[in-house]
Amino acid sequence: MSELYKKPASELAQMLRSGEVTSVELTELFLDRAEKLNPQTNSFLRINRETALEQAKHADELIMAGNAPSALTGVPIAVKDNLTTTDAITTAGSKILENYLPQYDSTVVSKLRAAAMPILGKTNLDEFAMGSSTEFSAYGPSKNPWDLERIPGGSGGGSSSAVSGFLAPIAIGSDTGGSIRFPAAVTGSVGAKPTYGAVSRYGLIALASSLDQVGPVTNDVMDAALLQDVIAGHDPMDSTSLVDSLGQMADFASKTDIKGLRVGVIKQLASDGFQPSVKARFDESIQMLTDAGAEIVEVDCPSFEYAVSAYYLILPAEASSNLARFDAVRFGERVLPEGNPTIERVMASSREAGFGPEVKRRIILGTYALSSGYYDAYYGSAQKVRTLIQQDFEKAFASADVLISPTAPTTAFKFGEKLDDPLAMYLNDVATIPANLAGIPGISVPNGLAENDLPSGLQILAAAKNDGVMYSAAAGIEKLHNDKWGKRMIDFAPELEAK
Amino acid sequence: MSEITPENVRHLASLARILVTDEEVEKLAKELDVIVESVAMVKGAVSDDTPATSHPIPMSNVYREDVVKPSLSQEQALSNAPDQADGKFKVNAILDEE
Repeated sequence: MSELYKKPASELAQMLRSGEVTSVELTELFLDRAEKLNPQTNSFLRINRETALEQAKHADELIMAGNAPSALTGVPIAVKDNLTTTDAITTAGSKILENYLPQYDSTVVSKLRAAAMPILGKTNLDEFAMGSSTEFSAYGPSKNPWDLERIPGGSGGGSSSAVSGFLAPIAIGSDTGGSIRFPAAVTGSVGAKPTYGAVSRYGLIALASSLDQVGPVTNDVMDAALLQDVIAGHDPMDSTSLVDSLGQMADFASKTDIKGLRVGVIKQLASDGFQPSVKARFDESIQMLTDAGAEIVEVDCPSFEYAVSAYYLILPAEASSNLARFDAVRFGERVLPEGNPTIERVMASSREAGFGPEVKRRIILGTYALSSGYYDAYYGSAQKVRTLIQQDFEKAFASADVLISPTAPTTAFKFGEKLDDPLAMYLNDVATIPANLAGIPGISVPNGLAENDLPSGLQILAAAKNDGVMYSAAAGIEKLHNDKWGKRMIDFAPELEAK
Repeated sequence: MSEITPENVRHLASLARILVTDEEVEKLAKELDVIVESVAMVKGAVSDDTPATSHPIPMSNVYREDVVKPSLSQEQALSNAPDQADGKFKVNAILDEE
């Protein structure tokens, strides 16, 4: 781990403070890598060399003056392109926002600026974060650095491929049903979804407002904790933002002792439906935890069987309503049909041309779930399932501090494999969706190589507002793995070469 | 028995203001039918007395002080407008001529 670009952000931050390296040097290093390798990985939709270097210069001045405003000051970062930035076009992976330059910064981006973290660029995603592979991005898919023929997960595949390919040391993602955790699992990196409301959604282009949460995409647990500390906190601009502070995650992530930790294995997510090697790695981790003194308990969550179904009613319902704002009046591409059309026909033509197939599918599904005569049976029942899932979690957390499962049923699949089968694509999120429905925090950490020698992930869940407990457990499990292998799993990834 | 017919899709698409071709209607009807058939299982999972959850973290009304604060200028607000006139968003006719 000699190369500078492979070092964790926590270490880079220390080197910045001690003057071993400057933010301008670091930012240039990552900009060079991003410009060189992005033609292969398509992680970034835009790279902002000029603004990133200005921000880096500012960071260096603050560090020199001894006024670094955060633990990560000067560390460059990549941001998912569904978070608004006033200095860069924000597309959310959609053609309809091809030329959209936001009038305001999202709160998360404001916090990165306040922390003096240079923003390297905006990362690719499935259109409006609808997808598990980035194949639904209007700007082409991102590639998995472990195997460029395979998906980097989605929707946040731009951020996961940037971080796991070391085009950026850390990144921001958003997670509605697994869009941070699934990409982390299939790229051997770390991705955390904080408790709902821990991080402001102001300026996050809304997919499903009761499920969306912004979070860190990194190569280790401490970096995720440090980044959550930068972006979390109450925001009066988001009325669903939590008022209470959840503590300093970095303090929790420095506690790696898991002796006596009560770890719940979710019965419904530990049996069928997982690739045998993914399941084998999971079972090995249970053994590893037992050997390290954790107390393993089995927990029963019978309503999880209905989670994916409830999610694919609630999400499209909320999305169909949220995406009604793309009406070609105040922003977005306007397409004029021939003749002397009414505004209604202009809207229909603009949305036809501006939205891709998955977005149309989900908007129409959501419109159906909300339509009169079907509302109670579909949307109403799905909301009730949400209560049952919360009750399952409540019972489970009575006997366990954290719950674990494989993050995803498979390792990274090839492009095109699931593109024509929406249901198969939806099942990638079977293990991650329950946390969004219940609003609880979840993190994916590397869990060894499985099918095709590709990374698999371990998901750790904690009760709402117990993000700290989640980070301690994740750091403990990560340490067991690193001790076993002698290095991080990401260090097994093949080196990317420019073509 | 299909629950989603091409006629349904046409109607839903018009409610959602998305122009669809005949080909798309056929494809969407098939795809959505499979999805709806699968997600319909939620109906059997709950009873009348199961409470519904709309928001994961319980919260009561959130208020803010009613004070004037800086906001976007008219020019900023219009900066992404596809069309504008006299400092306003310009749109096509709202009603048909007939």
